[in-house]
Amino acid sequence: MPVSAANSQIVFDALKASGVRLMSALPETWLVHLIRLADDDPDVTLVRLAKEEEGVGISMGAHFAGVKSAMLMQNHGFLAAINGIVSGAQLYRVPLLMLISDRGTFGERDPWQTEGGAVTESVLTALRIPIMRLDNPSTVAHRVKQAQTLAYSANKPVALLLTRDLMWEEA
Amino acid sequence: MTRVDCLRAIYDRLDDCAVVTIMGAVAAELQSIGHRPNFFYLQHAMGLASSVGLGIALSKPAVPVVVFDGDGSVLMNLGGLSTLARYRPANLVHVVFDNESLLSVGGFPTATGACTRLAEVAAAAGVPRTACATTIDEFVKEFTAAQQARELTTLVAKVDAIGPAAFVTDLGLLENRFQFQRYLQGR
Repeated sequence: MPVSAANSQIVFDALKASGVRLMSALPETWLVHLIRLADDDPDVTLVRLAKEEEGVGISMGAHFAGVKSAMLMQNHGFLAAINGIVSGAQLYRVPLLMLISDRGTFGERDPWQTEGGAVTESVLTALRIPIMRLDNPSTVAHRVKQAQTLAYSANKPVALLLTRDLMWEEA
Repeated sequence: MTRVDCLRAIYDRLDDCAVVTIMGAVAAELQSIGHRPNFFYLQHAMGLASSVGLGIALSKPAVPVVVFDGDGSVLMNLGGLSTLARYRPANLVHVVFDNESLLSVGGFPTATGACTRLAEVAAAAGVPRTACATTIDEFVKEFTAAQQARELTTLVAKVDAIGPAAFVTDLGLLENRFQFQRYLQGR
């Protein structure tokens, strides 16, 4: 599977370096290595979800309890989590670090991903959620840190889009 | 059995706990008995109270956590029961007030009045301890046992579909949220 193990490791290391100790996740192809890394790391609590919206509640609880967390999800998972994001994290001003795999954009071969890819950024913008793209391994650590800094200073959700250029190594 | 009587009966047992409630009647009734800094009322994000409780329980294993949930909210996040069961925090007591109704929006009947039995749903999801109470004595006995068990428990309390006259209180959402966070910082 041409998901980039090296870049997944870079993203994971950046999350850990920024203090993240709890990750909630629902598997998708681009996230397999990231989730495995979280599962294998004794310093990280991995919570495998049934639906992404649960992750918002879990991150809220973790934040109240002083633990930094991140959500790992596909853009369709983000779309499934919107009510929790709005009426949980935004209503209660909770920092939320969301890593969203940006499926369905240029280069996508799976027809079922394409509608989600067409709306993800527009929906994030409509929700006034700041977006940063992770598209180059050399800037990942810096951008993860910046995203978390803003999430905490603003007490709000922020989105890091995991892009095809970063996550996928075309054969 | 009324929900507010259940809450009154165990109010003194919440001293040492991080308490998370759902919106509407549960939040208003608990506040009518007396708000405390260790109570957080999730006034929206329906379905996620148990998820917030799970996040706290996993992050602070030494702090006992009590979630006051409802049938409508649980039905909206049934998958959350399987996640609770999967990680089964020993410090979490999950109470579900089942009034077979979406009371705060006009009393529409939920599936628990027709056919769905939430204690059995929780057990089948893998929650290690489950119980269903229909009287105050049963409720207090089961809640006490759950607190002592040190094992994840879902306790369903079948209550009347009646609630307070008003749901809005003078406690601001953000005031409550930051007060609760500060309380947890000290634990």
